[in-house]
Amino acid sequence: MLPFFLEVGAEEIPDWMIPAALEQLGKDFQAVLDGHKLGGTVTRTDGTGRRLVLWADGLIVRQADSEEIVSGPPKGANPKAVEGFAKKNGVSVDDLQVETTAKGEYFTFRRQVAGRATGELLAELLPDLIQKLNFPKSMFWTGKGGPKFIRPIRWIVALLGDDVVGFELAGVTSGRETFGHRRLGSRAAIPVTIAGYESALEENFVIVPSAARRAKIEREIQALGAVQADAKLLETLTFITEYPAAILGGFDASYLTLPKEVLTMVMRFHQKYFAVSAADGSLAPNFIAVMNIPSDPEGHVVRGNERVLRARFNDARFFYDIDQKRTLTDRVADLANVTFQAKIGSYLEKTTRMVALAQELGGEDAAAAAYLAKADLTTEMVKEFTDLQGIIGGLYIAAQGGKAEVAKAVYEHYKPLSMEDSIPSTATGQALALADKIDTLRSCFAVDMIPTGSKDPFALRRAAQGVVKILMEGELTPSLRELCAGDAKLEEFFVERLKHYFREVKGAAYDEIAAVLAVGWADVKDALARLDAVTAVRPTPNFEPVAAAFKRIKNILTQAGTLPEGAPDASLFNEAESGVAAAAEQAAIKDGGYAAQLERIAGLRPAIDHFFDEVLVNDPDPVVRDNRLRLLNQLITEFSSIADFSEIVTKSL
Amino acid sequence: MDSFQETVFKLKKYWADRGCVIQEPYDIEVGAGTMSPETFLRVLGPKPWRVGYVQPSRRPADGRYGDNPNRLYKHQQLQVILKPTPKDVIDQYLGSLEAIGIDLSKHDLKLEEDNWESPTLGAWGIGWQVMLDGMEITQFTYFQQCGGMDLDLCPAEITYGLERIVSFLQGKESVYDIEWAPGVKYSEVRYFDELQLSVYNFETADVEMLWEALKRHEAEAQRLVDGYKLVEDPAEKRRYPLLGAYDQVLKCSNLFNLLDARGAISVTERVGVIGRVRKIAVGVAQAWVDQEPFRTMKEVA
Repeated sequence: MLPFFLEVGAEEIPDWMIPAALEQLGKDFQAVLDGHKLGGTVTRTDGTGRRLVLWADGLIVRQADSEEIVSGPPKGANPKAVEGFAKKNGVSVDDLQVETTAKGEYFTFRRQVAGRATGELLAELLPDLIQKLNFPKSMFWTGKGGPKFIRPIRWIVALLGDDVVGFELAGVTSGRETFGHRRLGSRAAIPVTIAGYESALEENFVIVPSAARRAKIEREIQALGAVQADAKLLETLTFITEYPAAILGGFDASYLTLPKEVLTMVMRFHQKYFAVSAADGSLAPNFIAVMNIPSDPEGHVVRGNERVLRARFNDARFFYDIDQKRTLTDRVADLANVTFQAKIGSYLEKTTRMVALAQELGGEDAAAAAYLAKADLTTEMVKEFTDLQGIIGGLYIAAQGGKAEVAKAVYEHYKPLSMEDSIPSTATGQALALADKIDTLRSCFAVDMIPTGSKDPFALRRAAQGVVKILMEGELTPSLRELCAGDAKLEEFFVERLKHYFREVKGAAYDEIAAVLAVGWADVKDALARLDAVTAVRPTPNFEPVAAAFKRIKNILTQAGTLPEGAPDASLFNEAESGVAAAAEQAAIKDGGYAAQLERIAGLRPAIDHFFDEVLVNDPDPVVRDNRLRLLNQLITEFSSIADFSEIVTKSL
Repeated sequence: MDSFQETVFKLKKYWADRGCVIQEPYDIEVGAGTMSPETFLRVLGPKPWRVGYVQPSRRPADGRYGDNPNRLYKHQQLQVILKPTPKDVIDQYLGSLEAIGIDLSKHDLKLEEDNWESPTLGAWGIGWQVMLDGMEITQFTYFQQCGGMDLDLCPAEITYGLERIVSFLQGKESVYDIEWAPGVKYSEVRYFDELQLSVYNFETADVEMLWEALKRHEAEAQRLVDGYKLVEDPAEKRRYPLLGAYDQVLKCSNLFNLLDARGAISVTERVGVIGRVRKIAVGVAQAWVDQEPFRTMKEVA
C-alpha cells in the first residue's frame, strides 16, 4: 500500500475558483483509482492560489493480473475467418476456445492481461486529468493550440510513496521539487517528501491548509478590532494569500462625515479591507487589511495602505461635494439624456411611468419617491460606485432635507437583490420597488426583450423574482395579473417565477404547485395560503384517493364531450348518488381556513368510493346519464377553488 | 530617493538587460501603451519580439483640470512586451520592482485576477492587477487575441503605471508633488498640459470638426484596408502602407475619446462608433498578418 501526492504549481489562480477546482481534482482522481482498480482513497485536497494539492492513501503497487475474454466468429464460421481471428490475437487456432453464449456457440480467446505498475499508469493518466479541470475562463500561454489551464502551470510534484510519477505537461516535467512563497521562500526549488511537504512549505512561508489560513486571519482580525462579519471577504483573503497576517490601519476621522455606505464600499470591494465598528456600533476610523507576508515591523504596509485609502476617500469626498451643488430634484430633467435602453427610451420616460404606477400602488409618498429614484444616476458618486445606486439617492434626499419616508423608499428600492435579500422595509418602499421592477418588465417585454435560456442581460428574472417576493412578504396586495397589464408572455413569465418561489423558498412539490396555480395566481398570497393547505392535508389518508377520484371524474367529463347544462335533478338520484350529494353539501361549508375545507373535501372519499362502486355513469338511459354527469360536474366545480386535484400525482392511478 | 526620470531609467535598463529593444513613445495620440504598433502589430504573427517603452497615454475623460491629486488626462505607462513569454516572467517582473528599490520582503504584493479587454481593438487577455500595499501598480496580461485573431505566441504585456509607482516610492500624496528630475516637480513639467487640455477636451473642442475628422480618418483607413485586398504582386504587397492605415485607426480612436469627453456621443451612438473603429482596427490587423510572409522575404531586386 502506497500513499500518493500531487501538487500542481501555477501562477496565481483566481481565489474564487480554487475550492471548486480542488473538489473536482479529488473526485476525478478517485474516479481514476476506482476505474483502474488501483485501490486507495483520496484523503484530502487543499491549496492556495499557487498550488492545487491532493493526498491519497492505500494505493496498490501494481494492478492485479486479469483475464480478458475476446469474442470471435461463431463456431460454424469459415475456417479462414477463425484463423484470421487467432492470427489477429497472435495465437494459433488451438489456443481458442468455444464458449456458449445466449446467441449460440462462439470462438473466444482468453487473453491474460498483466496488471500494470500503478506509477506507470498514473504517469499516463495524470496529464489529462489535470488539463480537464474545469475553470470558468482558461488561457493559452505556450501559444495558440497549446495546453490550456486557468493560469500557466509552472511546476508539478507527483509522488507515489518515495518515487516520482514522471510525466510532462505543458513543457513542465513532474518531479519532487516545489516552490515556496514568492519572495520570502527559498529562491531555489525545494525537494519534498509526502510526509515532509507541509512543514517544508511552512518553513518557506506557505501555510498549505486553507483552514489554518482562514483561522489565522479570523484570530488576528478579532484581536485587532470589532469587525463586521464578512464571510465572502474572508474566503477571498484565505485563497489570495499563502501566509496571511492582519494589520490595523487608520484614517482621518473627518472622512466619517461621508456616508458610511461609501466608506464601507471602498474598504470592502475596492481595497479588500474589513471595516471596523466603534463601541457604539458606528464606523470607526480604522480598517483591517490582510497581507501576504507574516509581519510589518517597520509599518511600510500599513502606511502604504493608509495612503491608498486616503486617496480613495479624497476622491469620494470630491464626488460628494460636487454632487451637493445640485439637488436630486434639479437632476431629474437630466435623465432625458440617460438612456435606459435604446429601444425603450430614456430614464426620464421611465421615471414618468414609474411615478404613475407608484401613485397607484402606494400613493403620494411612493410617487414622490419614484420621481427622484433614478436621479442619482447622474451623480459622480454613482458613476464611480455603480453598486450604490439607489442608496446614494436615498442618502442625498435625506441630506437635502427631503421627507424621511421618501428617502428610505429610494434607498431600498433595488431590494431584494436576491432570494436571500430582504424586501424594502416600508410600504412606500415596496410600492416604489414594485413600480420600478414592473415597469422594467413591461417595457422590455413590450419590445420583445424576453430572457431565453441563460441569456438575460437585463436581469429580468431577478426583477420578476423580486416582485414575487415583495408581493408574498410585503404589505401591498395588488393583483399580479393586473400588474402584467394584459401581456400574456409576461403573465407566463411570472407563473414560472411563482413556481420557482414555491419550489425554492417553500420547498413544495411540483404537482402541488401545479394544482394550486391551475386555480389562480393573481392573488399571490392567496395562492400561497392554498399551497400551504394542500401541503398540510396531503399526508392525510383520504387526500390522495380523493385526488385520484377527482382525476377519474375529470376524465369521465372530458370523454363525455359537451356537458348537459343545469343542476342535477335530486329526484332521479339512487342511494349512492344521494350519498354523494349529501356529503358534498356538508363538505361545501366554507368554515375555517383552506386546510379545514380541504380536510372536509378529503372526507368525501367514502361517499365517492361508494358511488363508483355502485354506479355506472354511462347509463343506457340518456336522462340518467346526463343527470349523473351534472352531479359530477357540480362536484368538480364546487371543490376546485383551492386546488385542481387532477394535477396531483397519485399512486392509485 | 530616485526621481521620476531616474526610476524610468532603471526600469528601461532592467528590461534592456533582459533582451528588450528600448523604444521611444509612439508619436500619435493613444489611450494606452497597447495601442502603439510596437504592441498592437508586433504581438501578431510568429515572430519573437521584446520591447519596452514609455507611452504617454491620453484619456480625455479622465482629465481633472490639474485639480485632482491622483487622476490625470495624460499619464505615463511603461509598457513591456515579452513574446514569447519566458517561464520565469513573474520573477523577472518582481526583479524589476526590486531594481527600483522596492524590498518585497517588507511589502505586501498580491496578484489579483483582472482580465483585460479592448473591444475597439478586438483584443483581450488574461491576467492580474498587481497590488502593492493595496495600490494597483501594474497590469499584467497574457495576450490571447488581438484584432479578433488568436495569437500564435501568447506574449506577456506588463504595463507599469509610472505616476503611481513613483508616488509610492517617493511617499507623495499628490502626483504633482513627485520629483520628476532633481529639484523639478511633476507639476512644473505637466500641470499646464492637464489644465489646458482639460479645458479643450471638456469645453472648447469643436464637436463638428471632431466628427468630420473622425469620418475622414475612418474613410482613409478603410480605403487602405480595402486596397490591400486588391494587391497581388508580392513586391507590391511588401511595400503596401498598412502602417499608414494603422495610424489612421489611432487617429480615429483618439477622436472618439475626445468626442466622448465632450459629451457628444450618446449611449446609443457609442456602441456604433466603437464598432466602426473596431472594424478598421481588425481590418488592419488581419491584413498585417497576411502581409507577414511578404515582409520577411528579401527585397525584390
